[in-house]
Amino acid sequence: MENFDVIIVGGGPAGLSAAISAANAGMKTVVIERGDYPGTKNVMGGILYTKATDMVVPEFWKEAPLERPIIEQRIAMLSGNEAIMAGYRDPAWGVEPYNAHSIMRVKFDRWLAEQAEKAGVMIITETLVEDLLYQNNNVVGVRTGRAEGDLGAKVVILAEGVNNFLAVKAGLAKPLKPASVAVTVKEIIALPKEKIEDRFCLEEGQGATIELYGDSTAGLMGVGFIYTNKDSISIGVGAILEPMIRNNWTPNDLLENLKAKPYVKRLLQGGETKEYLAHLIPEGGYHQVPKLHRQGVLVIGDTAMLMNSLNREGSNLAMISGKIAGEVAAQSIKSGDVSDQAMTVYETRLKDSFVLKDLHHYRHMASFFEDNPHLLKVYPKMLSKAAKMYLTADGVPKKARQKEIIKMAFEHRSIAGFVKDIYGAWRALL
Amino acid sequence: MHFVVCLKQVPDTSEVRIDPITNTLMREGVPSIINPYDAHGLEEAIRLKAKVGGKVTIVSMGPPQAKEALKKAMSFGADRAILLSDRAFGGSDSLATAYIISSALQKIHETEPIDLVFAGKEAIDGDTAQTGPGIAQRLGFPQLTYAIRVKELTDTTVTVERKTESGRQVVQAQLPALLTVEKELNDLSYATLPNMMKAAAYEPEVWNFSSLPFDITQMGLKGSPTSVARIFAPPGRSGGEIMDGMKDPKGTAASIVQKIFQQNIIMVHPLSKGGKH
Amino acid sequence: MTVVVDKTKCIGCGACVMECSLEALDLIDGLAVADVKKCKELGSCLKVCPTNALSLLNRPEQRQENLAPDAGSKYNFKDTLPDSVQDYAQGNEKKTIRAQVTPVTGGDGWSGVWVIIEYNNGKVAPVAWELLGEGRKLADAIGCGLCGVVTGYQVDAVIPEAFAYGAEKVYVIDHPVLKDYRTEPYAEAITSLVRKYRPEIILMGATSMGRDVFPAVATKMRTGLTADCTVLGIDPETKLLQQTRPAFGGNIMATILCRTSRPQMSTVRPRVMEMPERVEGRTGDVIREEFGFNESDFRTKVLEFIPSDAKSAFLDKAEIIVAVGLGIGAKRNMVLAEELADVLGATLAGSRGAVEAGWLTHDQQVGQSGITVRPKVYISIGISGAIQHLVGMETSDFIIAINNDPEASILKVANYGIVGDLFQIVPALTAEFKKRLQHGVAN
Repeated sequence: MENFDVIIVGGGPAGLSAAISAANAGMKTVVIERGDYPGTKNVMGGILYTKATDMVVPEFWKEAPLERPIIEQRIAMLSGNEAIMAGYRDPAWGVEPYNAHSIMRVKFDRWLAEQAEKAGVMIITETLVEDLLYQNNNVVGVRTGRAEGDLGAKVVILAEGVNNFLAVKAGLAKPLKPASVAVTVKEIIALPKEKIEDRFCLEEGQGATIELYGDSTAGLMGVGFIYTNKDSISIGVGAILEPMIRNNWTPNDLLENLKAKPYVKRLLQGGETKEYLAHLIPEGGYHQVPKLHRQGVLVIGDTAMLMNSLNREGSNLAMISGKIAGEVAAQSIKSGDVSDQAMTVYETRLKDSFVLKDLHHYRHMASFFEDNPHLLKVYPKMLSKAAKMYLTADGVPKKARQKEIIKMAFEHRSIAGFVKDIYGAWRALL
Repeated sequence: MHFVVCLKQVPDTSEVRIDPITNTLMREGVPSIINPYDAHGLEEAIRLKAKVGGKVTIVSMGPPQAKEALKKAMSFGADRAILLSDRAFGGSDSLATAYIISSALQKIHETEPIDLVFAGKEAIDGDTAQTGPGIAQRLGFPQLTYAIRVKELTDTTVTVERKTESGRQVVQAQLPALLTVEKELNDLSYATLPNMMKAAAYEPEVWNFSSLPFDITQMGLKGSPTSVARIFAPPGRSGGEIMDGMKDPKGTAASIVQKIFQQNIIMVHPLSKGGKH
Repeated sequence: MTVVVDKTKCIGCGACVMECSLEALDLIDGLAVADVKKCKELGSCLKVCPTNALSLLNRPEQRQENLAPDAGSKYNFKDTLPDSVQDYAQGNEKKTIRAQVTPVTGGDGWSGVWVIIEYNNGKVAPVAWELLGEGRKLADAIGCGLCGVVTGYQVDAVIPEAFAYGAEKVYVIDHPVLKDYRTEPYAEAITSLVRKYRPEIILMGATSMGRDVFPAVATKMRTGLTADCTVLGIDPETKLLQQTRPAFGGNIMATILCRTSRPQMSTVRPRVMEMPERVEGRTGDVIREEFGFNESDFRTKVLEFIPSDAKSAFLDKAEIIVAVGLGIGAKRNMVLAEELADVLGATLAGSRGAVEAGWLTHDQQVGQSGITVRPKVYISIGISGAIQHLVGMETSDFIIAINNDPEASILKVANYGIVGDLFQIVPALTAEFKKRLQHGVAN
């Protein structure tokens, strides 16, 4: 049996980041990936945040395969055929040091894997890790599905993604529940560069994102998104699995529902669907985070439920958690102590970073929306109606119109209801 | 024994699509794989090596990216992999390709005599089935194509079952020989983890134009007698009548059978007992 | 300035590289790349590019895309054959090919269209007669003779047949070492005839024998060979054979020329060319050649021949085929197809999926990696119709397809497509056929 310092299970952004930082710290490191190559099993919205990636591969933007730097983020609240929009644009995001880029995961993950290989990491693909290897209750390696498939390691880092099979088997996490997993479906729709730039009012090469709330998910807890790539648009929708099943929606129907919205339709017109992808993502959040370590084991990325679903951030949390885990693994191996106690450094450092801070900050959010399903139905409708009443030029004096709007609002929701919602939102989001 | 496997990295043609707008091949995003028939040749070589001992050398020609296919092939337990890669080789048709590969095999043969060469019966991107026989001819090895079973391997002969339209031919050839193989030859096995690791750390040798005394006039576009004059989408067969058989399967079946007989597509005559052939 | 290559259109065929008199173009990683320093924008490359991938920036007037409005999806594409090929295919006399073509070494030294007649185990492969029919058209177009070639042992019975199907002359090598088919002696025999009589064109069926011996002959002759052709055309001036064949798993068709050597060699798929009329009593010259080899000259021995059992061996000759795909779900459901096949006296076949699932044997696989069939009636059950499958059966005379997915590709090539549950439709069809066939009632 061959022995390594660090074995990383899973070749996504979290696992590869962990591998790079462990190898940079001089560890003999191997990544075991079940797909044909790193990135095959990966799906995400397709936005890569600069800061986190820069920490893993400094100045990655100089050579990584990126699509467009994002200079504008729009939010749209859909209600029937209507939409209310807000956005923020900063041309400074179009130049170094950037804020975020759209990416194609297949290309980017392959590139990240190459960086890992350059750092000295061995990558084994098409191989499933079936279990951890124990000796006197200590984790000493992994067992793969291949013949002669055992490998020894001082530290095993679990980056197996949302399907947290090994983390569950090791007693660190609970099995996934439909209520805490979201399904994301996404299509990549080819469009000529010029059309994309015209439709989103962009300079050549720049990109924009739109987040879509309200009817974009047919009232289910979730969000729709549109990202611009070089010569395609990614459009997707994510929603929590359990209510989706309960309301008889399929992910595909949900996406078609979004694509048919007038606000969206025009942006996609004439495009040709190139790819269709579906994936589970952890809804994540502070309360979902499992036990992050034990003797000889660290849990990172989606497996650790590190997902800020409000800000749709996952890959950056994954990469930071990976980087920290790689460093902690190396440190503890060097000091000859891979006990659970030594591994707590990982959790402490995560807590000090924005990763767990953000999740802690928004810890009430999921339950807030879950407990108040009306929020996603009533408010978009009410806001749309208000905007329409306010903006329609029909000779009614604006003052009178404002009164009407207030009256309309209270028809939708009582004063007590408003107070409750506002308090809840304040508690959950601020 | 020294087994050589000729292997090609090919686009997975089951994933190739025609661009509906430009009517051209969409090559982007099509995964590259080891030509499936070649994989069975490799499998057989590895099995025979396990049985009689020896060495398996893999030879491929292609762009630098084809190294990936070679690394993967190594994980099944091969010993050495050589990639023939040079701009001068680009644009070669099957005659020129066979020239280049056979030259490399000749060089290998001089230092480590080859006993048996394996190649797939054809590559799934070109389906020409010419390169294997071309290599055999150039090397002066007997060729046994469409092999579905290696019945016997001795120090001097190989006996193979070949597939033909009318049956199976059992043929014996003197070594060294070249086989092109069908998928029925064997079932692929999985690579062991130690072999996977060995392959992951393995760097295939790359031979280019100057690695061998190549004749430039026999390779590339200029050394290829054939060239593509035009590529186009296959002419379509236009569709006929579509019927909804969901609601009334029996009625639909009845009406279709009626139409078939009305048009004399199937005739009523003593097809009779119908029995099996 | 330089010529611009559209990478999305370039197929890396190299026609432009050959055409450019300044050697300004090269193929790099399968794509044409222009050398800025050498290119003088002569534009000759634009004319030969088969996909219009090349353009000159300062010359906006370019060839128009010759695409039908519904171009794209394989099965909606109309009018796609190159004009020359199409003209030929329709039997039109006027055939031209593009300017790129330059005459070839050998010139007038090579003449005649030859068909190698596959004769094995006492039987001629019918594709040989199909090719005599096709060879006749080619020979007439370029004004030369049509010859048959028979190599084997005790082959005299074949000679009058070759004349009956249109050969004017038959070359014969009859020798005991040619009794069973083996590459070495057959390649030697054919090559010796080719060297001596120098034909312009040689055709053979793309059978296991044709696809085995022709590459050997082509290598010996150092000439080009195009395998598996489905359409042949010819330019009477340059005598260049336009060899059209499917590639990339049937996703595209490529027309291939052999411009720089002779003979021009093709193997042609069985059952795509029409069978010519057999005219009893025609005769012609028989030229018998010696064969100066002995058994000891060859390093292969045929030890045994095991004929296939009838059911699978004659799949390509079956009149009615019932083919199943993965939609049938499990081996136990095969009985549905078997019952239908029994009633119709049909032969069972299947898609790659069904074969790989172990429900049928490899010999029963229809498609690119299996057998090409052309029955009178092809009944497809639960086959979605991957392109690799379609290329193996779409020349069937009449196709009936049953699938529960209205989007299934197979329905687009079917004469009758039934969208429905095969577990209900197939038994209903079986019952209906049974009723009519047993009672002899057609209507």
